[in-house]
Amino acid sequence: MSLTKVETPAGPEPVAPAAGEKAAEPVGGPGLLDYGRDYVDRIRGGDMGALPAVLGLIALCVAFAILRSRFVSAINFANLFTQGAAVTVIAMGLVFVLLLGEIDLSAGFASGVCAAVMATLTAEHGQSWFVSVLAGIGTGVVIGLVLGFLVARVGIPSFVVTLAAFLAFQGAVLLIIGNGGNISIRDKTLVAISNKNLPPYGGWILFAVVVLGYGASQLQRSVGRRRGGLSADPLPVVAIRTGALAVLCGLAVYALNLERSRTAIVSLKGVPIVVPIILVLVVVWTNVLNRTSYGRHVYAVGGNAEAARRAGINVAAIRISCFVICSSMAAVGGIIAASRATSVDPNAGGSNTLLYAVGAAVIGGTSLFGGKGRIIDAVLGGAVVAVIDNGMGLMGYSAGVKFVVTGCVLALAASVDALSRKRAASTGRL
Amino acid sequence: MTENPPPAGTPVLELRGVNKSFGPVHVLNDVDFAASAGEVTSLVGDNGAGKSTLVKCIGGIYPIDSGSYFFRGQRVSVSQPRDAAGLGIEIVYQDLALCDNLDIVQNMFLGRERRGRFGGLDEARMEKQAGETLAGLSVRTVKSLRQRVSSLSGGQRQTVAIAKAVLWNSSLVILDEPTAALGVAQTEQVLQLVRRLADRGLAVILISHNMNDVMKVSDRIVALYLGRVAADVRAKDVTVSDVVQMITTGSAPGAAAPVNGAATVEAPADASVVVAKGGAA
Repeated sequence: MSLTKVETPAGPEPVAPAAGEKAAEPVGGPGLLDYGRDYVDRIRGGDMGALPAVLGLIALCVAFAILRSRFVSAINFANLFTQGAAVTVIAMGLVFVLLLGEIDLSAGFASGVCAAVMATLTAEHGQSWFVSVLAGIGTGVVIGLVLGFLVARVGIPSFVVTLAAFLAFQGAVLLIIGNGGNISIRDKTLVAISNKNLPPYGGWILFAVVVLGYGASQLQRSVGRRRGGLSADPLPVVAIRTGALAVLCGLAVYALNLERSRTAIVSLKGVPIVVPIILVLVVVWTNVLNRTSYGRHVYAVGGNAEAARRAGINVAAIRISCFVICSSMAAVGGIIAASRATSVDPNAGGSNTLLYAVGAAVIGGTSLFGGKGRIIDAVLGGAVVAVIDNGMGLMGYSAGVKFVVTGCVLALAASVDALSRKRAASTGRL
Repeated sequence: MTENPPPAGTPVLELRGVNKSFGPVHVLNDVDFAASAGEVTSLVGDNGAGKSTLVKCIGGIYPIDSGSYFFRGQRVSVSQPRDAAGLGIEIVYQDLALCDNLDIVQNMFLGRERRGRFGGLDEARMEKQAGETLAGLSVRTVKSLRQRVSSLSGGQRQTVAIAKAVLWNSSLVILDEPTAALGVAQTEQVLQLVRRLADRGLAVILISHNMNDVMKVSDRIVALYLGRVAADVRAKDVTVSDVVQMITTGSAPGAAAPVNGAATVEAPADASVVVAKGGAA
């Protein structure tokens, strides 16, 4: 070991490159080609994002369309949305808990408990739909507070806490409804949530709002960053993204506005009401995660809780709040499911609900290891789960086969997650 | 080494007669310690000498048992980390405390995000400010400020951690073994950064086991030995072997140790002394 100063850089990175290097980067940001190259690099490095889910969705749709022509009918397309809505909404909540690297196994039965509370209030106590829904979501908030407190303050692993809650909530649903009982929902508004559609023009208004809103927010971001002298997405990329969204949404709205009633007596067409509900939830939670310091802190706690603590973040409060969000989203999911069934039975939120919801979040690309995930993941994954469930039903397979296949898809998604993480670690991307 | 120290000599931080015990174990024993603006003060000592405890007392993680804590000449009471942060003291820990899944800007502003309209994050402003801070420290090794920290090398991570500490106009930065896990070129890069911090007028406290690093960037060297200050010398007055002696035996270097005295030893940086014990642990 000598004390001679190291003057020449010997490592892989230059100590002080020429001052001109910074100027070499174009101010307007990378071009379209650079953007494409970056994207390929990212995927090779193990940062796959939503790609597996999108490819899987396309493959499944093509396969089912070939095997069963009924899969591509207008009525079945609309069914996909109403069938997948509850699981998707529960999965959105689970994304928050998964971002922390925790799990909530009780989300399924929590949705059942909240739905039972809502149904009891509206059917047996004559409360309005508004009060009942509020009480259902309020129940979710309380459940989340209790779970979060046990995990963050008492320090019990979330796996154990929520496994205990899983059993307890199953019992709670039984107690509220009574063994073998069934509360039917007759309130028109509550039934409408999963069973009615927007008028056709409403679908097009929704389409315009979504496409213009997305395009405007992307454009504003790109232009704003460019004005600030920062690198931004090239405008053609923004245009292509917005255009692709417009085409997809346009086709979807068109298909949903087709007449799908088999009799001439009643007309059945339009975008299901659950679609705008899901869209609003996606926009709200995506903005919370990406554009607020709260969201930033959620990612930080999931990435390195100690670093977050040292940065002055109240880690326990963040943990508790994520469980609250998860359980209240489960409540919303439970209400949507109850509306679809127009009743709540003792098995509400049971059987495959939780597995489908966790599966949806993970299949969409949310990591089970924490720190990585987006709300849109839950929607993409929810779509995959809904397509598998629906397609296999059309093929005439039994519930047993459906469970096995969905279980296998979840295992596959978890493997993709673990392997891409490994790959990312070896290429230094995570 | 001490090229133009701006308002050097003003002690930003001064501890007098600090004692700290954990039960029967007396870890710090009447420690006097000072760090001045524009200077790098190295804190050296063998394992168990009390370096970490002293730093944690400065940072408010451990309250001191007795003794006084002066900041900019004012007597203050620092009993929790928030107090220290409020004074402008930032500690860059050995294990970095960065979130791998966040990018450079997000990490630098973590916990202190800038808000824009409607309470949302003002990403553009944060990115600009982070870029300016890094440029101000002459850091040019990071390709993009929007890179995730997981894709950075050890030296770059350390750079980000230090820049994060500087971002908040802190007046005292404490670096705990910043070069422990780095390669040769990266070490050099971080040491240059440490020097630049002091040249910008900050008080810097550097904890290191690496005598090369200590000799290269320090203005003053304080050696702890079994919880006492064994020596407090100007770096240019001593050689590596003097420092090793201070660390291992607790005795101040014999003849060549007039604190704040005239230089008696020229250019210690050229001496090629093999330090066997310096690198231990």
